[in-house]
Amino acid sequence: MEISYENTKNCKVMTGKMALPNQYFAGRVGSKFIIALRDENKILGVRCEKCDKVFVPPREYCEKCLSKLDESWVELSNEGVVMNYTVVNYNDKHLPRRAPYILALIKVDGADTPFPHIVEGIDVGDVKVGMKVKAVFAGETTNTIRDLDHFEPV
Amino acid sequence: MGKRNRNVGIIGIGQTEYSSHKEHQNQVEMVNEGVRYALEDANITLDDIDCVLHGNMELFEMVHQPDMWHSLGSGAYGKDQLRITTGGTTGASLVCAADNLVASGMYDVVMAIGMEKLQEGHTTGGITNMADPLWFRHLQTGALTATTATMMMEEFGEERAKRAAMKYRIMMDKHACLNPRAHRRFGLEYDQTDDLMNTSPQLVGELRLIHMCSQSDGACVMIFASEEKAKEMCKNPVWIRDHITVHREETFNNFGIEMPEMTHHYAARKLFERNGIKNPVEYFDVFEMYDPSAWWGLDWAREFLLLKDDEHIKLLEDGEFDLDGKLPINPSGGVTASNPIGATAMLRPAEAAMQIRGDAGPQQIKKEVRHALASGFGGTLWSVLMMLEKDLDWQEV
Repeated sequence: MEISYENTKNCKVMTGKMALPNQYFAGRVGSKFIIALRDENKILGVRCEKCDKVFVPPREYCEKCLSKLDESWVELSNEGVVMNYTVVNYNDKHLPRRAPYILALIKVDGADTPFPHIVEGIDVGDVKVGMKVKAVFAGETTNTIRDLDHFEPV
Repeated sequence: MGKRNRNVGIIGIGQTEYSSHKEHQNQVEMVNEGVRYALEDANITLDDIDCVLHGNMELFEMVHQPDMWHSLGSGAYGKDQLRITTGGTTGASLVCAADNLVASGMYDVVMAIGMEKLQEGHTTGGITNMADPLWFRHLQTGALTATTATMMMEEFGEERAKRAAMKYRIMMDKHACLNPRAHRRFGLEYDQTDDLMNTSPQLVGELRLIHMCSQSDGACVMIFASEEKAKEMCKNPVWIRDHITVHREETFNNFGIEMPEMTHHYAARKLFERNGIKNPVEYFDVFEMYDPSAWWGLDWAREFLLLKDDEHIKLLEDGEFDLDGKLPINPSGGVTASNPIGATAMLRPAEAAMQIRGDAGPQQIKKEVRHALASGFGGTLWSVLMMLEKDLDWQEV
């Protein structure tokens, strides 16, 4: 007897679909970052004096020394550098773009930590580590990190 | 009891407040708050921590591998880390695992984090996915059941059973009202018993809304150290004497209508036997129990304390489970007051340890607490039972 998904005569398969509605509270610090992105098209970070690091996205406390950072806001540049990248070559419902597109780690000027985002306005074969890019903001808000729509070459 | 390679002491405890919602902070920040309080309590820094344990409920916030991205707040950067997720018992399993890891000699100092933000997810959506997909998943109703209420009413008479369950519930609220961190503090009075028995909305049978535990947000963090380190780092470590974990899933099916020994009773019988505890009500000075509902709390007092017939109801009626009674149960207010699930079962040994230290706050028991019992509970009758001691003077059996 062959056991396979198709062989439902002899072997039943239980199909399921989980419904798990959820939300995520951004908190005071995360909310301030999103609001600045949305209303002023500004990228904010926080500085840890002790570790001499500027974190973006911001966090309430430094993860290394536990210093409180929520009062030490820094306005960062909308331009930055591609630290690394990959090209997404498959399509799926959860993905933000149709393939192929560039997903890169971008360190904006003034920050010490890079964060992931999409790079557009360039052929996927032409992206390079070290490439200068600038932020392009979304026309319509989603109240998420996607209010920064993508980065494109300077 | 397995051979204990070395003793383990609790040297730090941190808790956030518990509430139905925490819009002001995200999960990472809530974890971080608990971690900071525990480090402050232990008067140490992250540099002293060798390993971090993280636990919460699978699926409840619809998050995957939160131990990884919570490292922005958990202090796990550059350290060994494990995630433990055993349903309702998660918090207790974290304590057992921390004890095992330190007792074994693997690590000297371990920090365990239990957290939950129930407001962000859908608990019943998560919990109904726990059962065997072939036989039980399609029939799951989540965590609500009136089986115990029905059985107790049959055994002790409807009026006495209902009155006792409500007395237990009001006692828990009175305890919770003393605890500044407790989530639900209603200010109930015993003269409301009849009113609540009749008017609180029925969930399933005689399990009413007022009987049932809350859905809370919060984090609890505990720090554990080897005997040598604990004595060096801490003035008043609380010692973990022994613990046992018992569960059964298949026996629901295999034993049919024949009622097997409850995991609670089995856990207590084995644990007390191997530690030479003849009379748990006399021996222990406090019992922090994972009581998901007032009915279960009262019924399980009988199982965990190896009581017979209506002894547990008599003890309750006589006020012996009150803060000034023979064996106070849940000075913290228990789970009906605060239930951030991944932290809930850790709150039991945490609150019990604070009672032993004598710094539990307004809910501190007045007489000296030397011996404490704490339990954890989870789906399909997981039971964890743990003994804590003030002094390292117990006799090996």
